[in-house]
Amino acid sequence: MIRLAIALAALAALAVVPMFVSEYELGLMIGMASYVALASAWALFSGHTRYISLATVAFYGTGAYTVAVLNETLPYPVVILCAGLIGAAMALLVGLSTLRLSGIYFVIFTFGLAELVRQLITWYEVTVTGTLGRYIFLDLTARDIYWQMLALVAIAIGLTAWINRSRLGLALRAIGDDEVVAAHSGIHLARTKLFAFTISATLITLVGAVASPRWVYVEPLIVFNPTVSFLTVIMALLGGANRLWGPLVGAIPLFLLFEWLSVNFPDTYPIFLGLMFIAVVFVLPNGLLAGFDDLRARFGRTRP
Amino acid sequence: MSLLHVDKAARNFGGLKAVDQVSFEMESGTIMGLLGPNGSGKTTLLNLISGFLAPSSGRIVFNGQNLAGARVDKIARAGIARTFQLVRILPSLTLLENVMLPAVFGHRAHWGKEADRVAREALEKTGLGDRAGAHAGDLNYIDQKRLELARALAAEPELLLLDEWLAGLNPTELQEGIRLISSLSGSGITIIMVEHIMEAVRALCPRCAVMNAGKLIADGETSQVLSDPSVIAAYLGDAEDA
Repeated sequence: MIRLAIALAALAALAVVPMFVSEYELGLMIGMASYVALASAWALFSGHTRYISLATVAFYGTGAYTVAVLNETLPYPVVILCAGLIGAAMALLVGLSTLRLSGIYFVIFTFGLAELVRQLITWYEVTVTGTLGRYIFLDLTARDIYWQMLALVAIAIGLTAWINRSRLGLALRAIGDDEVVAAHSGIHLARTKLFAFTISATLITLVGAVASPRWVYVEPLIVFNPTVSFLTVIMALLGGANRLWGPLVGAIPLFLLFEWLSVNFPDTYPIFLGLMFIAVVFVLPNGLLAGFDDLRARFGRTRP
Repeated sequence: MSLLHVDKAARNFGGLKAVDQVSFEMESGTIMGLLGPNGSGKTTLLNLISGFLAPSSGRIVFNGQNLAGARVDKIARAGIARTFQLVRILPSLTLLENVMLPAVFGHRAHWGKEADRVAREALEKTGLGDRAGAHAGDLNYIDQKRLELARALAAEPELLLLDEWLAGLNPTELQEGIRLISSLSGSGITIIMVEHIMEAVRALCPRCAVMNAGKLIADGETSQVLSDPSVIAAYLGDAEDA
């Protein structure tokens, strides 16, 4: 109860932040909120099941592209709804065909998927519509986008909290440990994984849709940038993908770090990305939050 | 009507007939030992019943329903639980959560307090009651075996398949294990146990079936089965070979 109150108070405080910051800082806040939402939504499926998905940008880009295609013909709320539905449909399709795969095969498939979607859209735009690149002109302020993104953050973390307490959460954790035991306990593996994957992917699609007006000009190479998928994974892993607040704890410092690096070292910054990836996996395989717990346990034990 | 009717069940791996036209029936509340030399197809037969493998042909009728080839989780929900020959626990979950799984998703599908009660009872029965909050990954081998049995019990199964559950116990633990299975059998659960420890088989199973090279070569009252010349030959070889 107290935790819920703190979370809601923090949300309210974040909602009034735009009144006090500059346009540049608000842009930073939007980027940060985007990655917190992405990492939290990613962890909703991958955190407990340990299915490492690199398809984040496939859904994120699809969300952005949906807005780019529909923004002149439909009212904004309907466009967002369409993006969500398209994301869900795509997730169901992908899920049905891939969730039988495990381990490295799933990782590779999801990575390939992102490339496939990008190439398909490029091919379609070039051969059918004859243009590559679209403009998004929407009457939305940075504040509107920030609030929408904040809502997605709240939904992603709220849903995760609810799932963690539900039968679904228990089933996902069992699947992450041993699918054979999970099935022998009566868990319908395909349905459980598909359900969680679809929720996660739909949220990721919505993040892409909400963030898209910030670009104004959109083309496949921009919105299907694989770095988004990698960043999402390492942010969630850094904080601890199986913890409720882990993705948030990982996303905020890494977003700020990469923002700083990309401003100051625009050419060499991908190198740092690679180094961070290696460091996270080697030094903190279970994430920062689990690291803190270990430290606390160690100090607790040495105390007389 | 019998609880379980395995009817000409077969499973081939390429040219190998791992289970070859096996048929038997079990009444509710009975316990049967399943014996046979290594590689004779005992575990494969259990896998066919629990759904881990689909039979190549034949029927497995449980409570009047043919479950041959059904998905594992559906068979679990129908009321069949098992332990594994090589222990499989969920290391990152607590003992209570491990055991809660089948209580929540299994045969009776409890949630909340009821699931908690069923899970704790199963832990108590197997002597793990005071460690419910510990992580399963921290258990030693014997306790992992207990946990596996607790998990099977929390499913509240009608049919329990034990795959060498008593193997690897020391003499004291073996006596405890025999007492535990005997009490389960007394409570009305139907049990098939694959076992090599003859002491346990004689103590627990009035009925035994013996497999050799995929075939069921004997099925009947334990002392008769164990003195059957074809069973002795399967274990020790024919007199001519000696």
